[in-house]
Amino acid sequence: MNALTFASVTDVPTIVAGASGLRGHLIEAAYLVAAIGFGLSLFWMNSAKSARRGVLAGELAFAIAIIATLAHPGITGRGWVLIIIALAIGTVIGIPLGLKVPMTAMPERIALSHAFGALAVGCVGVAHYFLEYRHMGKFEIAVIGLEILLGGLVFTGSLMAAGKLHEMLPQRPMVFRGQNYVNFALIGVGVVITFYLMFNPSHTWLVPVLAVLAMLIGVALIVPIGGADMPTVIALLNSYAGLSAAALGLVLNNKLLIVAGALDGTAGLILAIIMCRAMNRSFRNVMFGAFGAVDEVTTADGEVQGQVRSASTDEAAEIMKMARSVVIVPGYGMAVAQAQHKVRELADILEAEGVDVRYAIHPVAGRMPGHMNVLLAEANVPYDQLIDMDDINSDFPQVDVVLVLGANDVVNPAARHSKGSPIYGMPILNVDQAQCIMVVKRSMRSGFAGIENELFFNPKTLMVFGDAKKVVGDLALDVSGERDAVGL
Amino acid sequence: MTADVIISSLFVFALAGFLGFTVISKVPKLLHTPLMALTNALSAIALVGSLLVLGYTQTTYAQVLGFIAVVASTINVVGGFLITDRMLRMFKPAERRKPAADGEAGS
Repeated sequence: MNALTFASVTDVPTIVAGASGLRGHLIEAAYLVAAIGFGLSLFWMNSAKSARRGVLAGELAFAIAIIATLAHPGITGRGWVLIIIALAIGTVIGIPLGLKVPMTAMPERIALSHAFGALAVGCVGVAHYFLEYRHMGKFEIAVIGLEILLGGLVFTGSLMAAGKLHEMLPQRPMVFRGQNYVNFALIGVGVVITFYLMFNPSHTWLVPVLAVLAMLIGVALIVPIGGADMPTVIALLNSYAGLSAAALGLVLNNKLLIVAGALDGTAGLILAIIMCRAMNRSFRNVMFGAFGAVDEVTTADGEVQGQVRSASTDEAAEIMKMARSVVIVPGYGMAVAQAQHKVRELADILEAEGVDVRYAIHPVAGRMPGHMNVLLAEANVPYDQLIDMDDINSDFPQVDVVLVLGANDVVNPAARHSKGSPIYGMPILNVDQAQCIMVVKRSMRSGFAGIENELFFNPKTLMVFGDAKKVVGDLALDVSGERDAVGL
Repeated sequence: MTADVIISSLFVFALAGFLGFTVISKVPKLLHTPLMALTNALSAIALVGSLLVLGYTQTTYAQVLGFIAVVASTINVVGGFLITDRMLRMFKPAERRKPAADGEAGS
């Protein structure tokens, strides 16, 4: 007999059947209430004012669902002990992950939570297969196969993404010839195994094989992806994690899990679509992991030529003081330099001088959807000054000074007209239409996509070289005139 | 599992998907990071399945896998809700901030 099979469990109350009678109905009713709570929770995320109410609704719904689940009569005494220990361990690890992780580490923190979610879903899926395969139909086995594939690949894929974001792994994409064929082949084997199990469910040894294969796929899919593509990848992993949770809900016949998984899946999908549009990548391109390859393209055409004008911080400060309207364009470079608090100080000083200050946020600025918003909100920037690309783009001709801070490709006008450029067609912030553009940069090194930025050669552009945090700090001192006062 | 159950589950999935699309497209870009954290906490509702796999203690490896699943989901629930709320507390509308608030900037 196969070592992985076990004595008959048919006389034990099964998870799928759950509780019966009045208690069972009450548990289902509680799940219904929780599902409504989840819907409301996301509904209230439609504005910053009501968002915290949304979190509360989600927490209450969650508590109801957990209490209802623990009312299942089949939980044994030993089960209770194990549950309490596991809940305690999870809570002890979860609290610091919720309260201590700095906002700058948010992308890897989110990726890590996708990994945990997928790990849980994958474990339950595998356990459920072994417990129930005698009673499962072909449809359930197909769904559970899909669930294990998705769960496994999200688990390792998210760990890889977190490692790259935390710079434990190289951020540069690792590519080799035929990579996509290898990936497709791996996925194909996974599908074949699932098909085989549908018709031979007792070959249970294939289930751990499927899980390991799924984890390999996760690694293989993320290996070729570079840092700048992380916003899309994280959103996509979010979507896959949701889908695998919904698949588990189908298998366990738990409607609440189906609802939560569907909500999570669509949220990830919508974010991934927004990120794709913001980078002018097709969705298919992302689905098949072919991206990242673009990063390898070096300057395709048209060497940008011209004079670069640079300025010192006190020259830049003089211009800023004269301005009526200043727009700050933050990018990943600002996050790396940890300049967001200095930026807010500069904005405060400018506002005190009567200058109107706003921030222009490109959807893919940073390493995950909404990254810049969170960093600036943490630095006490009021959220009504954070303006989406679509809302601010038509205003640029009326803007006196644009301060580009650690952003590069999202302000490169080549995206509008240079057909050979890898970023051609990508929607950009039209900062070149402003009266004066100041670009804070360490050096003339090209951006992530490896392309020259013709914005730097624009006659209206002033380059201010240096570390973003230091430059902005100096600008703040120069604008306020404090440096003159101390006689520097 | 009967065809009826499967069909009703797929109904729920389809409708929840539509609900998700409608509701989530209304979430402003401003809140996309908290949104990810929140949906992640919500999908940790896989905890309900994990609790039963662990609690029924049917076989040894079901207990091992269930235990890992409960720990992992609990991390996501606790950490997910806490971090979402922590982020949302930072989003403040523009009112004239008191100068005292500047002290927090370095934290």
